[in-house]
Amino acid sequence: MTTTTLQEVRDDPLVIAGRTFQSRLIVGTGKYRDNETMVRAIEASGAEMVTVAVRRVDLDRTKEEGILYHLDPERIFILPNTAGCYTAEEAVRYARLARAAGLNDWVKLEVIGDQRTLLPDVAATLEAARILVAEGFKVLAYTNEDVVTALRLEDAGCAAVMPLASPIGSGLGLVNPYYIREIKRRLSVPVIVDAGVGTASDACITMEQGVDGVLMNTAIAEARDPVAMARAMRHAIVAGRLAYLAGRMPRREVAVPSSPLEGMLDAAPAGGGAGRPA
Amino acid sequence: MMDSIEITLNGEPRRVARGLTVAALLAELGLHPGLVVVEHNREILERARLAETPIAAGDVLELVHFVGGG
Repeated sequence: MTTTTLQEVRDDPLVIAGRTFQSRLIVGTGKYRDNETMVRAIEASGAEMVTVAVRRVDLDRTKEEGILYHLDPERIFILPNTAGCYTAEEAVRYARLARAAGLNDWVKLEVIGDQRTLLPDVAATLEAARILVAEGFKVLAYTNEDVVTALRLEDAGCAAVMPLASPIGSGLGLVNPYYIREIKRRLSVPVIVDAGVGTASDACITMEQGVDGVLMNTAIAEARDPVAMARAMRHAIVAGRLAYLAGRMPRREVAVPSSPLEGMLDAAPAGGGAGRPA
Repeated sequence: MMDSIEITLNGEPRRVARGLTVAALLAELGLHPGLVVVEHNREILERARLAETPIAAGDVLELVHFVGGG
Protein backbone atom coordinates (compact mmCIF):
# COMPACT_ATOMS: atom_id res chain seq x y z
CA MET A 1 0.00 0.00 0.00
CA THR A 2 2.81 2.29 0.95
CA THR A 3 4.61 1.58 -2.29
CA THR A 4 1.48 2.27 -4.32
CA THR A 5 1.07 5.65 -2.67
CA LEU A 6 4.64 6.60 -3.47
CA GLN A 7 4.30 5.41 -7.05
CA GLU A 8 1.33 7.71 -7.47
CA VAL A 9 3.64 10.67 -6.92
CA ARG A 10 6.34 9.05 -9.07
CA ASP A 11 9.07 8.68 -6.50
CA ASP A 12 12.20 6.76 -7.41
CA PRO A 13 13.39 4.03 -5.09
CA LEU A 14 16.50 4.52 -3.00
CA VAL A 15 19.53 3.25 -4.90
CA ILE A 16 22.89 2.90 -3.16
CA ALA A 17 25.88 1.51 -5.04
CA GLY A 18 23.55 0.04 -7.65
CA ARG A 19 21.35 -1.74 -5.11
CA THR A 20 17.69 -0.76 -4.93
CA PHE A 21 15.73 -0.38 -1.70
CA GLN A 22 11.99 0.31 -1.55
CA SER A 23 12.23 1.44 2.06
CA ARG A 24 14.08 4.63 2.93
CA LEU A 25 14.47 3.52 6.52
CA ILE A 26 17.59 1.69 7.67
CA VAL A 27 17.61 0.36 11.23
CA GLY A 28 20.22 -0.74 13.71
CA THR A 29 20.11 -3.97 15.66
CA GLY A 30 21.71 -2.82 18.93
CA LYS A 31 20.30 -2.27 22.41
CA TYR A 32 17.19 -4.45 22.11
CA ARG A 33 16.07 -6.15 25.29
CA ASP A 34 15.89 -9.46 23.43
CA ASN A 35 16.33 -10.84 19.96
CA GLU A 36 12.67 -11.61 19.43
CA THR A 37 11.74 -7.95 19.96
CA MET A 38 14.51 -6.93 17.58
CA VAL A 39 13.30 -9.25 14.84
CA ARG A 40 9.69 -8.10 15.23
CA ALA A 41 10.72 -4.43 15.28
CA ILE A 42 12.74 -4.81 12.09
CA GLU A 43 9.78 -6.44 10.43
CA ALA A 44 7.43 -3.68 11.60
CA SER A 45 9.85 -1.00 10.37
CA GLY A 46 9.75 -2.33 6.81
CA ALA A 47 13.51 -1.75 6.59
CA GLU A 48 15.38 -3.79 4.00
CA MET A 49 18.82 -3.03 5.38
CA VAL A 50 20.06 -3.33 8.97
CA THR A 51 23.36 -2.43 10.58
CA VAL A 52 25.40 -4.83 12.70
CA ALA A 53 28.65 -4.50 14.66
CA VAL A 54 31.79 -6.65 14.61
CA ARG A 55 32.83 -7.94 18.02
CA ARG A 56 34.75 -10.76 19.65
CA VAL A 57 32.87 -14.02 20.03
CA ASP A 58 32.01 -14.54 23.68
CA LEU A 59 33.88 -17.76 24.38
CA ASP A 60 32.07 -18.29 27.66
CA ARG A 61 28.82 -18.37 25.69
CA THR A 62 27.08 -16.59 28.51
CA LYS A 63 25.73 -13.90 26.19
CA GLU A 64 23.57 -14.19 23.11
CA GLU A 65 25.07 -15.88 20.14
CA GLY A 66 25.87 -13.97 16.97
CA ILE A 67 23.14 -11.98 15.32
CA LEU A 68 23.09 -14.12 12.19
CA TYR A 69 21.35 -16.79 14.26
CA HIS A 70 18.40 -14.38 14.28
CA LEU A 71 18.57 -12.52 10.96
CA ASP A 72 18.53 -14.12 7.53
CA PRO A 73 20.94 -12.30 5.20
CA GLU A 74 18.92 -13.62 2.26
CA ARG A 75 15.93 -11.63 3.44
CA ILE A 76 17.53 -8.54 4.89
CA PHE A 77 20.65 -6.76 3.69
CA ILE A 78 23.34 -6.69 6.36
CA LEU A 79 25.38 -3.50 6.67
CA PRO A 80 28.35 -4.03 9.00
CA ASN A 81 29.60 -0.99 10.87
CA THR A 82 32.90 0.08 12.36
CA ALA A 83 31.26 1.48 15.48
CA GLY A 84 33.56 1.99 18.42
CA CYS A 85 36.62 2.67 16.28
CA TYR A 86 38.67 5.76 17.09
CA THR A 87 41.35 5.60 14.37
CA ALA A 88 41.34 5.06 10.61
CA GLU A 89 43.55 1.99 11.05
CA GLU A 90 41.15 0.41 13.52
CA ALA A 91 38.13 1.13 11.30
CA VAL A 92 39.86 -0.42 8.28
CA ARG A 93 40.65 -3.52 10.36
CA TYR A 94 37.00 -3.91 11.41
CA ALA A 95 35.78 -3.35 7.86
CA ARG A 96 38.10 -6.07 6.53
CA LEU A 97 36.93 -8.48 9.22
CA ALA A 98 33.33 -7.70 8.31
CA ARG A 99 33.96 -8.36 4.63
CA ALA A 100 35.68 -11.64 5.46
CA ALA A 101 32.35 -12.81 6.91
CA GLY A 102 31.43 -13.25 3.26
CA LEU A 103 28.08 -11.47 3.08
CA ASN A 104 28.96 -8.35 1.07
CA ASP A 105 31.59 -5.66 0.69
CA TRP A 106 29.58 -2.82 2.20
CA VAL A 107 30.55 -0.97 5.34
CA LYS A 108 29.03 1.74 7.44
CA LEU A 109 32.22 3.62 8.18
CA GLU A 110 32.27 5.29 11.55
CA VAL A 111 35.40 6.76 13.14
CA ILE A 112 34.65 8.46 16.42
CA GLY A 113 36.67 11.43 17.59
CA ASP A 114 35.16 12.27 20.97
CA GLN A 115 33.77 10.00 23.68
CA ARG A 116 31.27 12.41 25.19
CA THR A 117 29.53 13.44 21.98
CA LEU A 118 30.53 10.45 19.80
CA LEU A 119 31.06 13.03 17.07
CA PRO A 120 33.07 11.73 14.13
CA ASP A 121 36.77 12.33 13.53
CA VAL A 122 36.28 13.60 10.00
CA ALA A 123 39.97 13.55 9.04
CA ALA A 124 40.28 9.91 10.12
CA THR A 125 36.96 9.06 8.46
CA LEU A 126 38.19 10.52 5.19
CA GLU A 127 41.49 8.67 5.46
CA ALA A 128 39.74 5.35 6.15
CA ALA A 129 37.22 6.00 3.37
CA ARG A 130 39.99 6.42 0.80
CA ILE A 131 41.68 3.18 1.88
CA LEU A 132 38.45 1.19 1.88
CA VAL A 133 37.21 2.55 -1.46
CA ALA A 134 40.58 1.59 -2.99
CA GLU A 135 40.05 -1.93 -1.63
CA GLY A 136 36.69 -2.17 -3.34
CA PHE A 137 34.41 -1.52 -0.38
CA LYS A 138 31.08 0.21 -0.78
CA VAL A 139 31.53 2.84 1.89
CA LEU A 140 28.58 4.53 3.58
CA ALA A 141 30.28 7.15 5.70
CA TYR A 142 28.90 8.49 8.97
CA THR A 143 29.89 12.13 9.33
CA ASN A 144 28.81 15.39 10.91
CA GLU A 145 26.56 17.88 9.15
CA ASP A 146 29.47 19.74 7.57
CA VAL A 147 29.04 20.19 3.83
CA VAL A 148 32.78 20.40 3.14
CA THR A 149 33.46 17.00 4.72
CA ALA A 150 30.44 15.56 2.95
CA LEU A 151 31.77 16.77 -0.40
CA ARG A 152 35.20 15.29 0.33
CA LEU A 153 33.70 11.95 1.29
CA GLU A 154 31.82 11.93 -1.99
CA ASP A 155 35.01 12.79 -3.86
CA ALA A 156 36.75 9.94 -2.04
CA GLY A 157 34.27 7.58 -3.68
CA CYS A 158 31.82 6.89 -0.87
CA ALA A 159 28.62 5.20 -2.00
CA ALA A 160 26.55 7.28 0.42
CA VAL A 161 27.23 10.05 2.90
CA MET A 162 25.50 9.87 6.27
CA PRO A 163 25.44 13.12 8.24
CA LEU A 164 24.03 13.05 11.74
CA ALA A 165 20.80 14.69 12.85
CA SER A 166 22.26 15.01 16.36
CA PRO A 167 24.64 12.88 18.46
CA ILE A 168 24.32 9.08 18.42
CA GLY A 169 21.76 7.86 20.93
CA SER A 170 20.78 11.39 21.97
CA GLY A 171 17.27 11.46 20.56
CA LEU A 172 17.60 15.23 20.11
CA GLY A 173 16.19 15.14 16.60
CA LEU A 174 17.30 17.22 13.63
CA VAL A 175 19.28 20.13 15.09
CA ASN A 176 20.51 21.63 11.85
CA PRO A 177 18.03 21.28 8.99
CA TYR A 178 19.74 23.97 6.92
CA TYR A 179 23.10 22.14 6.85
CA ILE A 180 21.37 18.86 6.04
CA ARG A 181 19.49 20.49 3.14
CA GLU A 182 22.70 22.04 1.89
CA ILE A 183 24.49 18.67 1.95
CA LYS A 184 21.61 17.14 0.02
CA ARG A 185 21.66 19.99 -2.50
CA ARG A 186 25.38 19.65 -3.12
CA LEU A 187 25.94 15.87 -3.26
CA SER A 188 25.11 13.43 -6.04
CA VAL A 189 25.43 10.27 -3.96
CA PRO A 190 22.57 9.37 -1.59
CA VAL A 191 22.42 11.32 1.67
CA ILE A 192 21.21 9.22 4.59
CA VAL A 193 20.73 11.00 7.91
CA ASP A 194 22.24 8.76 10.55
CA ALA A 195 21.83 9.20 14.30
CA GLY A 196 19.89 11.49 16.59
CA VAL A 197 16.29 10.80 15.63
CA GLY A 198 14.22 10.38 18.80
CA THR A 199 10.65 9.88 17.68
CA ALA A 200 8.47 9.71 14.58
CA SER A 201 8.16 13.48 14.11
CA ASP A 202 11.97 13.75 14.04
CA ALA A 203 12.11 11.15 11.27
CA CYS A 204 9.36 12.91 9.35
CA ILE A 205 10.98 16.35 9.63
CA THR A 206 14.29 14.85 8.55
CA MET A 207 12.76 13.30 5.44
CA GLU A 208 11.00 16.60 4.68
CA GLN A 209 14.44 18.13 4.11
CA GLY A 210 14.67 16.00 0.95
CA VAL A 211 17.29 13.52 2.11
CA ASP A 212 17.30 10.02 0.65
CA GLY A 213 16.81 8.08 3.86
CA VAL A 214 17.26 7.84 7.60
CA LEU A 215 19.23 5.37 9.71
CA MET A 216 18.20 4.92 13.32
CA ASN A 217 18.61 2.49 16.17
CA THR A 218 18.05 3.83 19.69
CA ALA A 219 14.77 5.60 18.88
CA ILE A 220 13.22 2.22 18.17
CA ALA A 221 15.19 -0.02 20.52
CA GLU A 222 14.70 2.21 23.56
CA ALA A 223 11.05 3.00 22.97
CA ARG A 224 8.70 1.54 25.58
CA ASP A 225 7.20 -0.54 22.77
CA PRO A 226 9.88 -0.96 20.10
CA VAL A 227 7.62 -2.79 17.66
CA ALA A 228 5.00 -0.02 17.75
CA MET A 229 7.70 2.65 17.40
CA ALA A 230 9.18 0.80 14.44
CA ARG A 231 5.79 0.93 12.75
CA ALA A 232 5.49 4.63 13.58
CA MET A 233 8.90 5.26 12.05
CA ARG A 234 7.96 3.41 8.89
CA HIS A 235 4.96 5.70 8.42
CA ALA A 236 6.91 8.81 9.43
CA ILE A 237 9.56 8.13 6.81
CA VAL A 238 6.92 7.67 4.11
CA ALA A 239 4.98 10.73 5.28
CA GLY A 240 8.08 12.91 5.33
CA ARG A 241 9.11 11.75 1.89
CA LEU A 242 5.63 12.41 0.48
CA ALA A 243 5.51 15.85 2.09
CA TYR A 244 8.88 16.68 0.58
CA LEU A 245 7.75 15.56 -2.87
CA ALA A 246 4.42 17.35 -2.45
CA GLY A 247 6.15 20.65 -1.67
CA ARG A 248 5.04 22.49 1.43
CA MET A 249 3.15 25.81 1.47
CA PRO A 250 5.12 28.95 2.29
CA ARG A 251 5.51 30.02 5.89
CA ARG A 252 3.70 33.32 6.66
CA GLU A 253 3.73 35.41 9.78
CA VAL A 254 0.12 36.49 9.27
CA ALA A 255 -3.03 34.44 9.09
CA VAL A 256 -4.82 33.89 5.81
CA PRO A 257 -8.43 32.71 6.13
CA SER A 258 -9.30 29.38 4.62
CA SER A 259 -13.01 30.23 4.20
CA PRO A 260 -14.28 32.87 1.72
CA LEU A 261 -14.75 36.43 2.96
CA GLU A 262 -17.62 36.89 0.54
CA GLY A 263 -21.13 35.88 1.52
CA MET A 264 -20.87 36.71 5.18
CA LEU A 265 -24.05 37.93 6.89
CA ASP A 266 -24.42 41.57 7.98
CA ALA A 267 -22.71 42.24 11.26
CA ALA A 268 -24.78 42.77 14.38
CA PRO A 269 -25.46 46.52 15.10
CA ALA A 270 -23.25 46.59 18.19
CA GLY A 271 -20.27 44.61 19.33
CA GLY A 272 -18.54 42.50 16.70
CA GLY A 273 -15.02 41.16 16.81
CA ALA A 274 -12.07 43.39 17.51
CA GLY A 275 -10.20 44.30 14.35
CA ARG A 276 -12.93 42.98 12.09
CA PRO A 277 -12.97 44.71 8.68
CA ALA A 278 -15.71 47.25 8.20
CA MET B 1 52.58 -29.43 30.04
CA MET B 2 54.56 -30.76 27.11
CA ASP B 3 51.56 -31.29 24.87
CA SER B 4 50.07 -27.85 25.13
CA ILE B 5 51.12 -24.41 24.02
CA GLU B 6 50.07 -20.98 25.15
CA ILE B 7 48.33 -18.62 22.76
CA THR B 8 46.34 -15.43 23.12
CA LEU B 9 42.72 -15.98 22.21
CA ASN B 10 40.41 -12.97 22.10
CA GLY B 11 42.77 -11.08 24.35
CA GLU B 12 43.09 -13.80 26.99
CA PRO B 13 45.93 -16.29 27.49
CA ARG B 14 44.83 -19.83 26.74
CA ARG B 15 46.50 -23.23 26.52
CA VAL B 16 45.64 -25.38 23.55
CA ALA B 17 46.93 -28.76 22.33
CA ARG B 18 50.12 -28.67 20.31
CA GLY B 19 49.54 -29.25 16.61
CA LEU B 20 45.92 -28.05 16.71
CA THR B 21 44.65 -26.41 13.53
CA VAL B 22 42.45 -23.32 13.62
CA ALA B 23 39.53 -25.36 12.29
CA ALA B 24 39.99 -27.89 15.10
CA LEU B 25 40.09 -25.09 17.66
CA LEU B 26 36.78 -23.70 16.36
CA ALA B 27 35.25 -27.17 16.57
CA GLU B 28 36.55 -27.55 20.13
CA LEU B 29 34.93 -24.24 21.04
CA GLY B 30 31.67 -25.24 19.40
CA LEU B 31 31.82 -22.40 16.87
CA HIS B 32 30.34 -22.62 13.39
CA PRO B 33 33.18 -21.70 11.00
CA GLY B 34 30.68 -20.09 8.62
CA LEU B 35 29.61 -17.57 11.26
CA VAL B 36 33.01 -16.61 12.64
CA VAL B 37 35.86 -14.63 11.17
CA VAL B 38 39.36 -15.49 12.32
CA GLU B 39 42.23 -13.07 12.54
CA HIS B 40 45.53 -14.92 12.99
CA ASN B 41 48.48 -12.80 14.08
CA ARG B 42 46.72 -9.72 12.67
CA GLU B 43 46.03 -11.34 9.30
CA ILE B 44 42.55 -12.39 8.28
CA LEU B 45 42.45 -16.14 7.79
CA GLU B 46 40.26 -17.17 4.89
CA ARG B 47 37.80 -19.92 5.66
CA ALA B 48 39.33 -22.20 3.05
CA ARG B 49 42.60 -22.12 5.02
CA LEU B 50 41.20 -22.80 8.50
CA ALA B 51 41.79 -26.56 8.27
CA GLU B 52 45.35 -26.26 6.98
CA THR B 53 46.56 -23.61 9.40
CA PRO B 54 48.31 -24.93 12.52
CA ILE B 55 48.39 -22.89 15.70
CA ALA B 56 51.87 -22.13 17.07
CA ALA B 57 52.97 -21.08 20.53
CA GLY B 58 52.55 -17.36 21.05
CA ASP B 59 50.00 -16.96 18.26
CA VAL B 60 47.42 -14.25 18.67
CA LEU B 61 43.97 -15.25 17.49
CA GLU B 62 40.86 -13.12 17.32
CA LEU B 63 37.50 -14.75 16.70
CA VAL B 64 34.84 -12.25 15.76
CA HIS B 65 31.27 -12.28 14.55
CA PHE B 66 28.36 -9.91 13.98
CA VAL B 67 26.41 -8.65 16.96
CA GLY B 68 23.63 -6.09 17.32
CA GLY B 69 24.77 -2.56 16.57
CA GLY B 70 23.67 0.73 15.10
